[in-house]
Amino acid sequence: MTTQHSDVTYVARTTLPLRVEFVRQLRRRRTLVAYALVVALPVLVALAMKFGGNAGASNRPGAPVDLVSLATAGAANFTLTMLFFSAGFLLLVIVALFCGDTVASEASWSSLRYLLAAPVPRRRLLKQKLIVGLVLALGAIALLPVVSYFIGLIAFGSGPLGSPLGLSFAFGEGLMRIAAIALYVFISLLFAAGVAFLMSVLTDAPLGAVGAAVVLVIVSNVLDAIDALGALREWLPTHYSQAWLGLLSSEIDWTDLARGASYSIVVFAICVAVAVFIFDRKDIVS
Amino acid sequence: MLGGLILALVMPLAACSSGDNAQELRISGGPQSSTNAAPVSLDATIYRPATIPAPAVVLAHGFGGSKTDLEERALHLRDRGFVVLAYSARGFGTSTGKISMNAPKFEVADARAVIDFLGRQSDVTQDGVGDPRVGLAGGSYGGALALLAGGYDSRVDAIAADITWNDLESSLFGQSTEIATQTPGVFKSLWAGSFFGSGVVNRDGSVTECGRFTTEWCRAYSEAAADGVVSAASRALMAASSPSSITNRITAPTLIGAGQSDSLFPITQANANVEQILAAHPQTPVKMVWHGGGHDGGLDESERLQEMTAGWFATYLMGEPSSTTDFEVTDTTGAIDVQSSRAAATILQAPAYPGIHGSSQQSIPLAGSKQRVRAPAGGVPAAVTSVPGIGSRVSAVLPNSIPGQAAAFDSAPLPAPLTLIGASTVNIEVSAVDARPVDDVVLFASLRIVSANGRQTLPSGLVSPILLNSVGPEPQTITVELPAIVATAEAGDSLRLVVSTTDFAYRLPVQSQLYDIALADGPLTIPQVDVQPASTGPAAYWWLVGAAVIVFAIALLLGRLRPRRPEDDPEVSKHPLTITSLTKRYNDDYLAVDDLTFTVAAGSILGLLGPNGAGKTTTMRMVMGLITPTSGAIHAFGEPVFPGAPVLARIGALVEGPGFLPHLTGRQNLDLYWRSAGRGADDPGLDEVLEIADLGTAIDKRVRTYSQGMRQRLGIAQAMLGRPDLLLLDEPTNGLDPPQIKAMRDVLRRYAASGRTVIISSHLLSEVEQTCTDVVVMHRGRLLGAGSVVELLGDKAGTRLEDVFLDIVGDDLTVGHP
Repeated sequence: MTTQHSDVTYVARTTLPLRVEFVRQLRRRRTLVAYALVVALPVLVALAMKFGGNAGASNRPGAPVDLVSLATAGAANFTLTMLFFSAGFLLLVIVALFCGDTVASEASWSSLRYLLAAPVPRRRLLKQKLIVGLVLALGAIALLPVVSYFIGLIAFGSGPLGSPLGLSFAFGEGLMRIAAIALYVFISLLFAAGVAFLMSVLTDAPLGAVGAAVVLVIVSNVLDAIDALGALREWLPTHYSQAWLGLLSSEIDWTDLARGASYSIVVFAICVAVAVFIFDRKDIVS
Repeated sequence: MLGGLILALVMPLAACSSGDNAQELRISGGPQSSTNAAPVSLDATIYRPATIPAPAVVLAHGFGGSKTDLEERALHLRDRGFVVLAYSARGFGTSTGKISMNAPKFEVADARAVIDFLGRQSDVTQDGVGDPRVGLAGGSYGGALALLAGGYDSRVDAIAADITWNDLESSLFGQSTEIATQTPGVFKSLWAGSFFGSGVVNRDGSVTECGRFTTEWCRAYSEAAADGVVSAASRALMAASSPSSITNRITAPTLIGAGQSDSLFPITQANANVEQILAAHPQTPVKMVWHGGGHDGGLDESERLQEMTAGWFATYLMGEPSSTTDFEVTDTTGAIDVQSSRAAATILQAPAYPGIHGSSQQSIPLAGSKQRVRAPAGGVPAAVTSVPGIGSRVSAVLPNSIPGQAAAFDSAPLPAPLTLIGASTVNIEVSAVDARPVDDVVLFASLRIVSANGRQTLPSGLVSPILLNSVGPEPQTITVELPAIVATAEAGDSLRLVVSTTDFAYRLPVQSQLYDIALADGPLTIPQVDVQPASTGPAAYWWLVGAAVIVFAIALLLGRLRPRRPEDDPEVSKHPLTITSLTKRYNDDYLAVDDLTFTVAAGSILGLLGPNGAGKTTTMRMVMGLITPTSGAIHAFGEPVFPGAPVLARIGALVEGPGFLPHLTGRQNLDLYWRSAGRGADDPGLDEVLEIADLGTAIDKRVRTYSQGMRQRLGIAQAMLGRPDLLLLDEPTNGLDPPQIKAMRDVLRRYAASGRTVIISSHLLSEVEQTCTDVVVMHRGRLLGAGSVVELLGDKAGTRLEDVFLDIVGDDLTVGHP
């Protein structure tokens, strides 16, 4: 949409460019702390494993999979372990933070009303913010394995990627698997991103939006642990959050991966749609 | 609270399984013993489905159990529409009689009496007089009964037998090579002992020599356990209680299950049942399942097996279409179960049962020189591979081969992954070091997978027992059938044949001996089966397709759900601001703005006056497109205002205080705000607004550090970026000191002088009086008066705006000005 008057040239599709939004977000302490954690965690874990000793593994069929004891076998395995450690909480919180804080923090700074009055069209504002939030989240999820790999290389050398059941992948294959796992972790967290984003639109309290998403994931995990719920649990959004373990098999079982990815994407889409619907009509009183 | 939630979710599920419509009853079975013809009294429960008559299923329990163990399976089958009869075998539960190990004259006669009983029930579908439509199902002890009764009684219409024996003698006396002499194999002392031990305890808890066993069985056990001897009488007893005696008479469709983790009744036993049934009647529908469970534990697949059994009976008793293949095998290696994070189950299928040696064989050469092994005196220490009730988990703490007692022969690392499904065979040479021939040579052969890093796994903890007689210094060549397993070796792994002299679970010779073990001619022959993973649920891509469709639909829907925009009104004036009948009622019914109408002319400075709560801010937010009016219209420069309306680009605003990103400097805030405004082609007039902000060097400090007044000035500067045609300022002098207020007045006057328009809302009358050309007075959301300052003051020279204002508002003014 363009309007032109004496000295006003306005082009709606140039409002809030991604570059501008990136600068606005990247300089935040919150963003920097999140990225610093992603870098620090592998270092701390590597130090702990290097100097803390490590118990032996048990790998017979039926025994619980023990990724941790494989961690020190080499950089690739260490990377895998770091993903395993962080997917459940650190990365979840980071994804919820980047997507949940984005609109709510603008509301809390009162800057939201000036962006909308600029005017940045409402759907465009959500779109730009969501893209930047997701890219920052993806960046953190990609950074973790990269940092872990290098830390692992220094601490444990370059062993091939070995699965808990004794499989071993060649270098290239191993990297592909790790990349695929990181991507799946991102997709499976889209669900939390969607919930956080919806909350971000509903509330003016940034941490409320992040917290709500995290609490929802925890409740879903708790329900998933109740055997009495039986097959109903298959419909919980977090039920397939560890389906990426399937990527460590010699024959990849795509079904759970596809199912988990589908749920996550659908929940994400629904949340974003509801967020857009509400934001379209919302009276901005912040 | 979470606990309550969980309870609320669990309760209905628990409620579903009660109200089972079960009836306890006693059924007269076969004779007490060969000398006492009085029938035993069998303790039974009958479960009736919603719809009767229906086909019946008789459930038999495992050794040491009773009918109460069968409740869950019974309810499951009942829910699938079967009349289910579960009973305790003689000698178990509260059924009378002595245990006779499924003897045809006793336990089988009991089963036939149960079928007779069902033949008299009107709620069971009858195929003829006294011929009920009935299936028999059981596991282990109950499985053998199902097969035996199915063989002896032609009224049986379908059978499901899991983890049971074909031949009791070869189950209890393992022999994995064919030798000329008819001697029993290696006694499975640990298993036999635990079997027998559970039967010697009487119902009252006392322990007697034979307990609940018949004297014949009691004697047979004692012989074997004490001396490893099997008399002809014992042999006959075991043969009669073995399905192998009547498998050639079974014509009912039969589902046979075998456990991969079963050192008691290994897959070879189930294999013999299937092969014998098919040899006699090739057309009989037979399905073989090698699941992950068994007497040693393994993977619990009871739910799947229960479902499969119900499906089998639904097909052959109710005529439902069959959807199964003849062979299913659970691969427990190589994959990780996503939910439990355990090693886990891929179900593989083949259309036909290939037999225990696979549908094809692959030869793998082994290497290794002759090795000397010692059979220790007294049989200790012994390797521990699998222990009844614990399975192969013990090998985590106990060695499954002992140095000096085991010979090992390795293959080269495998060039490609290899899946073994079935029993491998290999030829070995055994010789004794002692010159005199040795009898009772006990050996255990096993096939292990050794990964590239040296880790050795013994699939399912299974070993093949071998018993040889008269082994002298001259090498004796034997063909060994290794345990039937399902295992995957990866490329780079190697296979290892281990021949050892001890195993904890078996009776071992007491004499110390030395043997030499060597490979004989011929490679290791391993079985392979062409199997496909069973599809469970929709394929992977269908989930993604489904998700894509839903997402697309959502996007489409969202495209149609855009809020309605006010239509253009060509009649409306081109004034900077035209407000027509504007009303805003919030959800809580608070009327913030009520039928407000006024117009602002170009070049004017309008003062929006009114006490706090008059609706000034709400009006300004509506003009900015932040709040949608309940009714009425706002037009700026003749164009409608709505959220995101392009005309908003001509309006600059500061409403209810400034809004900046605290982590950025004042300059960065202005820069990024301008770059967000979609006016890349215009000049922001940055120098001009920076001068107005008057922040000096503070402009390059973070906004977080600013005072209220500094932020306010920066806010006014932001509102004036790009020289908007209409400037909305809400309480602009908040936080400013008198000189700054004066400077601000000059700025605004100059701004309006350039033909642009300024609207100032304020509750400070003096401020408005000194700055504005026009005034709109609001109170409680309503317009009270409008006009130029000159007009309002009118001829009342010397009056102040304050007096005029009070005059207009009158006594209604309840919210005072400061």
